[in-house]
Amino acid sequence: MQQEWKRLAEGVELGISRTDKFKTGLLSVTLTVPLRRETAAAGALIPNVLYRGSRSCPDIERLSAATDALYGASLGPAVRQRGESQCVSFLCSVIDDCYALDGAAVLEPAAALMGEVLLDPATQGGIFRADYVKGEGANLADRIRARINDKRGWAIFRLVQEMCSGEAYAVDKLGEADEALAMTPEGLWSDYQNLLSHAGVTFYYGGSAQLERVEETVRRCFAPLITARTVRTQCQVLAAPRGAVRTVTEDMDVTQGKLAMGFRTGGITEGSPDYPALLVLNALYGGSANSRLFLTVREKLSLCYYASSMLDKLKGLMVVSSGVEFQDFDRAQEAILAQLDELRAGRFTQEELNAAVRSVVSSLRGRRDSQSMLEDDCVTKLVCGLRPDGGGELIRAVERVTAEQAAEAAKKIQLDTIYRLTGKEGAHGG
Amino acid sequence: MDKLNYTALRETICHSVLSNGLNIYVDERPEYGKQFAFFATRYGGMDLRFRGEDASWIDTPQGVAHFLEHKMFDTKDGSALQRMAAQGVDPNAYTTPWMTGYFFEGTQGFEDNLRTLLSFVSQPWFTPESVEKEQGIIAQEIRMCEDDPDHEVYYQLMEAMYAHHPIRIRVAGTVESIASITADTLYQCHKAFYRPGNMVLCAAGSVDPQRVEDIARKVLEQEPSSAAVTDRGMAEPPGVVRKYAQKAMAVSIPLFEIGFKGEPAPKGEGLRQRLLAGLVCDVLFSASAPLYSRLYEQGLINGSFDSGFDMLPGCAFLTAGGESRDPQKVLDEVLKEAERLGREGIDPALWDRLKKASYGVMVRQLNSLEGMCFELAQAHFEGEDFLRFPECFQSIERCDAEELLRTWCVESRAALSVIVPEG
Repeated sequence: MQQEWKRLAEGVELGISRTDKFKTGLLSVTLTVPLRRETAAAGALIPNVLYRGSRSCPDIERLSAATDALYGASLGPAVRQRGESQCVSFLCSVIDDCYALDGAAVLEPAAALMGEVLLDPATQGGIFRADYVKGEGANLADRIRARINDKRGWAIFRLVQEMCSGEAYAVDKLGEADEALAMTPEGLWSDYQNLLSHAGVTFYYGGSAQLERVEETVRRCFAPLITARTVRTQCQVLAAPRGAVRTVTEDMDVTQGKLAMGFRTGGITEGSPDYPALLVLNALYGGSANSRLFLTVREKLSLCYYASSMLDKLKGLMVVSSGVEFQDFDRAQEAILAQLDELRAGRFTQEELNAAVRSVVSSLRGRRDSQSMLEDDCVTKLVCGLRPDGGGELIRAVERVTAEQAAEAAKKIQLDTIYRLTGKEGAHGG
Repeated sequence: MDKLNYTALRETICHSVLSNGLNIYVDERPEYGKQFAFFATRYGGMDLRFRGEDASWIDTPQGVAHFLEHKMFDTKDGSALQRMAAQGVDPNAYTTPWMTGYFFEGTQGFEDNLRTLLSFVSQPWFTPESVEKEQGIIAQEIRMCEDDPDHEVYYQLMEAMYAHHPIRIRVAGTVESIASITADTLYQCHKAFYRPGNMVLCAAGSVDPQRVEDIARKVLEQEPSSAAVTDRGMAEPPGVVRKYAQKAMAVSIPLFEIGFKGEPAPKGEGLRQRLLAGLVCDVLFSASAPLYSRLYEQGLINGSFDSGFDMLPGCAFLTAGGESRDPQKVLDEVLKEAERLGREGIDPALWDRLKKASYGVMVRQLNSLEGMCFELAQAHFEGEDFLRFPECFQSIERCDAEELLRTWCVESRAALSVIVPEG
């Protein structure tokens, strides 16, 4: 696989993972802006309104007919948060030309359709159609409100909101439900024009086509976006918590409690010299089936149904997520923290370290077998101003991490906020 | 090993059958960094009653196949899960109503890990203590599922649709049913169903097919044997039990799932029926068909709307669901549209596009090693050759879909399950 990268204009980049191993090609375009409370809902709403119809395919039925004709190309919008940036994307996965039944190329017409959807929407009086804005505003509000349906995700979401309140990171990438509902066609059209002219632009292609062919296609189908622009992507990284550890408790009608704990990684982020050690530490602690949280807290002590840790590599956060019986909150919390202390003190075996390194290496290598993970890694790097390299260097660095370095990384990690989701009084369970 | 060539898809699958009856399928993809192995038995949540060695019927508690899956990772020398995790691979397992599959993926130490996988799945090791401990863990898992609206809306639908078929039984069982499981129950079930002749091994990625076969031959017992005979209850009537079921949970807007009760395919028709019923789903529910836009524009459905077809031994059904403020109205519209399509026929241009799209979607899914192994295993148990789908699509006509719409997508075969917000 060849990882290539090219600047098409100031603030406009194209990343390519060239490989014959997939049966499909994946094309994406990403517009990146700072994540802000005032603009988040608009940023999340725009791609959904665009996806309702373009000039030549002005409704869902005709747009879907166009993707069906391209062998069921999976064209769709995505809104991602990367650090404190909001990334508004369209992604399109199409079968490789060699599987087309009629022998015609699929990549070019798919790119043309994606370009039209992003740049040439169905309009009414020169702006977005009012019914599309209203309908998608309501759908977005539903999606925001539906966050609560997934209790595991909800506990993490609420933890991060509490922990990072006052930081741009805590802004919901989907915005607020009320704002989504209040959006007007005029207001959203002006937000859309702003997005097109000021956002950083990242194109990505993974598949069998050559760079020249992709570049030529992208330049033709997305011409209005290939203009110089100043990109401001920043992410505030707090090396340490702002004050004493805070505990937030909320109740809901659930039969099982959720315990989420947020830590600052002492300023370690992707690109830091000790980032490989942090990855290994996370695998040792709660990021693998051989970790302390899994083996000790879940299996041995039976204190949690699930318990794992994960990192936000751009913001410098570690989050522990677990499901506990209501009466076990204190004991589980104590056990989770005690395991981190063990690692800080270097009380882990060489076998545990080896397993952690293998697990990180395996998951990094495995990402190269997934087109969507390749896309995500490459776009994330480009959005953050880093050079995509296919991950090889990081893998080698992880393989060299020592026990001391892993313990050092553990020492830098500091608990910031605890979130407990408990049952309503009188609820059954436990 | 035999080589099965699928030129249109540029795939070659190596296949062999060991003397003990185990079927092995390997999809070698040297350009992948990963290796994936999947070892499955044709035994799942609905196989509760079977004949023992003395030919008498044995009844087992609900949830036993899933319980067994959890406990199989225990070995005399500790947990296989940990042993494999220490190698940096990610072992896991799941139980469906009719299949239990164990798998791992990794990028190193494939052969060692394959030996571990084959040996822990074929050699049971249970103690009363470990079974008792697992009862606590699984009870928690069951309670967690009870908090999951997607899970509840599905089982509520199955209970509304089926009178007897064990698809209506929860794969994990209930807190009460699993309390009666003992180490003996588990040994008995393992012996009845975890036999090479009732199992399949699939591997994909950067693996050597011959080595996979050699390792399997070495690790597994050589005696041929077949699985126990199962009883899946009384014959199922074509109509549903109840047209509507609802319950309240902590959700923001109502969740719903519509089900149409179909018929399982005759022998040898499994792949064709899967493709055909999938196309019927598209004709009715896809975004490029008329109904979807109409419902979406009226705000009756949103982007969460999805549909699918599932077929298991003894049952087959179409489902469609998502979020809606008025699920009953959605069902009424669906029934009206199905009736219209059956009467007026399907638009030929729509039909051609949907066939092209279905083909493309299936080609796309072949990227996934996991998906590939799962499909190979399922097709093996069904006696199908799923990579023949490009040819099979050719044999499906519009009138086949219209006939299916007229027989299956009717009121007497429809049920609606709804999760409403509390309060």
